[in-house]
Amino acid sequence: MSQKTINFTATFILALILSIFLPWWSVMTAAIITALFVELKGFAVFYIPFLAIFLLWVLYAFMLSNANDFTLAKKIAVLLPLGGNPYTLILVTGFIGGLAAGIAGIFGKECKLLFRSR
Amino acid sequence: MKYLKFFLSFLLTAAIFYGLNTKFGSIPPIGKFLNPYTGIWQNEKEAKIDGTLSLEGLSKEVTVHYDENLIPHVFAQNDLDLYRVQGYLTARHRLWQMEFQTHGAAGRISEIFGDVALDYDRHQRRRGNIYGAERALKQMQEDKVLSSALDSYAAGVNAFINELDVANLPVEYKLLDYQPEVWTPLKTALLLMYMTRDLAGGDNDLEYTNALRIFGKERFDLLFPDFFETVDPVIPMETDWSFITTPITPVPQGEMPLDTITETLPNPPRGIGSNNWAVSGKRTYSGNAILANDPHLKLNLPSLWYVMQLSTPEYNSFGATLPGALGVISGFNKHISWGETNATRDVMDWYKIEFRDSTMKEYRFDGIWEKSSFRVEEIKIRGQSTFIDSVTYTRHGPIVFDPNFRKKSGYSGYAMKWMGHEGGNSQSTFIKLNKSKNYSEYKEALKDHIAPAQNFAFASVDGDIALWIQGKFPNKWKGQGKFLMDGSNPEHEWQGFIPQEFNAHTLNPERGFVSSANQHPVDPSYPYFVFNDFYEAYRNRIINNFFNSKETFDIQDFKNLQNNNYNLKAHELLPFIFETMDSSSLSTDELAIYNNLKEWDYYNDFSKIEPTIWASWWEELFELTWDEFNKEGIALTKPTSYQTIHLLKTKGDDIFMDILKTPEKEVAKDLFVISFQNAVSSLADWKEKNGEYSWQNYKGTYVGHLLQGLPAFSHFNLPIGGDGSSVNAATENTGGSWRMIVEMTSPPTAYGIYPGGQSGNPGSKYYDNFVDPWVKGKYHKLLFLQSKDEKAGIMTTQTLIP
Repeated sequence: MSQKTINFTATFILALILSIFLPWWSVMTAAIITALFVELKGFAVFYIPFLAIFLLWVLYAFMLSNANDFTLAKKIAVLLPLGGNPYTLILVTGFIGGLAAGIAGIFGKECKLLFRSR
Repeated sequence: MKYLKFFLSFLLTAAIFYGLNTKFGSIPPIGKFLNPYTGIWQNEKEAKIDGTLSLEGLSKEVTVHYDENLIPHVFAQNDLDLYRVQGYLTARHRLWQMEFQTHGAAGRISEIFGDVALDYDRHQRRRGNIYGAERALKQMQEDKVLSSALDSYAAGVNAFINELDVANLPVEYKLLDYQPEVWTPLKTALLLMYMTRDLAGGDNDLEYTNALRIFGKERFDLLFPDFFETVDPVIPMETDWSFITTPITPVPQGEMPLDTITETLPNPPRGIGSNNWAVSGKRTYSGNAILANDPHLKLNLPSLWYVMQLSTPEYNSFGATLPGALGVISGFNKHISWGETNATRDVMDWYKIEFRDSTMKEYRFDGIWEKSSFRVEEIKIRGQSTFIDSVTYTRHGPIVFDPNFRKKSGYSGYAMKWMGHEGGNSQSTFIKLNKSKNYSEYKEALKDHIAPAQNFAFASVDGDIALWIQGKFPNKWKGQGKFLMDGSNPEHEWQGFIPQEFNAHTLNPERGFVSSANQHPVDPSYPYFVFNDFYEAYRNRIINNFFNSKETFDIQDFKNLQNNNYNLKAHELLPFIFETMDSSSLSTDELAIYNNLKEWDYYNDFSKIEPTIWASWWEELFELTWDEFNKEGIALTKPTSYQTIHLLKTKGDDIFMDILKTPEKEVAKDLFVISFQNAVSSLADWKEKNGEYSWQNYKGTYVGHLLQGLPAFSHFNLPIGGDGSSVNAATENTGGSWRMIVEMTSPPTAYGIYPGGQSGNPGSKYYDNFVDPWVKGKYHKLLFLQSKDEKAGIMTTQTLIP
């Protein structure tokens, strides 16, 4: 498996587990920890954890909302405002989670570089 | 370099954490909010309504059946278990609303919204809401049985709060980023205060004082007579009052202060009102009495009402509850049914207080300096330090406006005397009504009810119908409390109260029905002082005329009447206008609209445009007639619609008809033409901006979420007819907030609907599923289960065990 696949899978699974105990920033924690152990290079440092969490949040949000006919998502998509489209809200959710994880991934990588150079 | 990169990445991470974890203005903390594990996605589900749950503190098992409308049917073995489960279930479906409404009543909204709500909170505090609620709680707690019921209810609510974790907090907490707190019996008292403030928290004394000073006594009486020329009061005209032995308080000597008053408290929104009626079995299709009730309150989501069946082996009641209060408020049991309308009476008065100096520590009373007291109100503000307000209390009540708050100059002030401050145990009335079996028990139950005064309609399986106007009323001298009074004169104080048994009431009247619609309680023959403080003058006559129009009535008649859009107000004025107005100066376009209106059948149906033309014309005409009242910096209230129409028709050449800003001398006929032309022009503007002015579009009835009608959680532009003076009193944001019809078969057969839904969760299909049928005038047959073993109509069952 490539480093990217390993990082992606590890971030995804770690976030899945941490989410049970931690608030929303569990996804940032997952990305930092993974970055410390599974090193990536270049832009992948950001986009691999981004994609992992994007996928996790999109999938889970979709599962929950789909089971309830998107009743609340349609309303929240008016509130935010996203034109009342629940799918847009799901994508925005994924993006927010992904963004937080991606940036945390960069930080994790920088931490690792700092420690290693000591 | 690597340190810089590390530092930058750290900053970026900290920034994104902060940015997504923090609430910015009205934007929720977006990371928290959208996280599928704990954010709003977790609210995309229905509450658990089956299985077996353990509820701490129960003494015996309690069975809860839910029907297809998510109405819980509670079968408990004793009262304390029943109220514990009522608290628990209400919290399960309506927690955020329960807490928010009581925070509102307590002036604690700044804790949630920050200093934008400070002015609102200070108003709530300064008018003595918490003070009154604390006094009420004290009295309720003296009643040991009730006190333990309140504690059980609170424990039930708290059991639900303790079950909550971050993930399943109601969505509004996530949106506003705060947490629920412990429920206490004080909150029940605050909820009742919320109702008292809405229903008995208005008056016009200070505005009347200004009007009296400006226009003089004779003109004032013409504008604001104690009684309208025709009254069709709540208690029938032919009632014999000879049983009343306590005389009215005599009028004292002394002058009334005629101050110029610039600032007054805002009155509750107009449109609040209600209908109820009960028809004797002699005049119904089946021989059973039938009762109906539709309180016209704010149309909110979640609704003010939550429907429940509450039963123990001793009694079995059903109907609309108020989240936060115990028992059923408007409903029925196996033996009786009851429903309320607001009995508007002047129970708020104002006293001019002369303080000794600017410390406000002493004020003049009966020739000496009497000490005032100070109540410190601590208002917590989100994100800021606590605001400390100090309110001066006199023997009459709090000084609402002083140099600390709104008052620009001088330290003499006005003290507010209000029945809402008297305390009282209104909660007990409702609990007793839930258990009452007949007229005498109903009568007994009412005695505890103090404020807000209500017209309690009653019907029983025994065949009795009755209506008591119940509240605690000061026995006022004629004219007392219509204007500002002298706070230093002991004779201006309330001298006593009308003995409860002398409150106006009627049992099985000759005419075979009782009814009320916020009109005059009595005619002038009632021995105590009652004056017209903005009584409704149309719905009551439509209702009474209907029951005088034929011999017998059935359920469909009741439904039709509750949904009746007939506009008596327009019908009393327009034919007169058509007869007297000179339409020759109208343009072709104006004439077309004028002729259109002439064809109107006087029904405010939602698809018609005539109700819009009338509404716009009436608004212009009313404003033009009372242009004398638009005085900068002086608080004034304009006369009632009824009196305005009466004067337009009978005193068309009165000086009041003149438009001040024109050199000509106008009379009523001129006002008709000018206001019509203004209306046509404003309607043209409206149409340009908003499209067709059908009554639906123009009125724009909406059912708004409690957070100021948050669009995402509200329903707008509902296709419903009626207006404030039709029986179907749907205005922009008030209307038949709970429509109920009960036929006193044994057991009773009942129908009900309200514009909302049983769940407070916007993510539930039960959040707003009653709105559509309500708009269409449909009802649900209420499933009145006679035992917990009945299975028909039950969707799920939940068992609560100790």
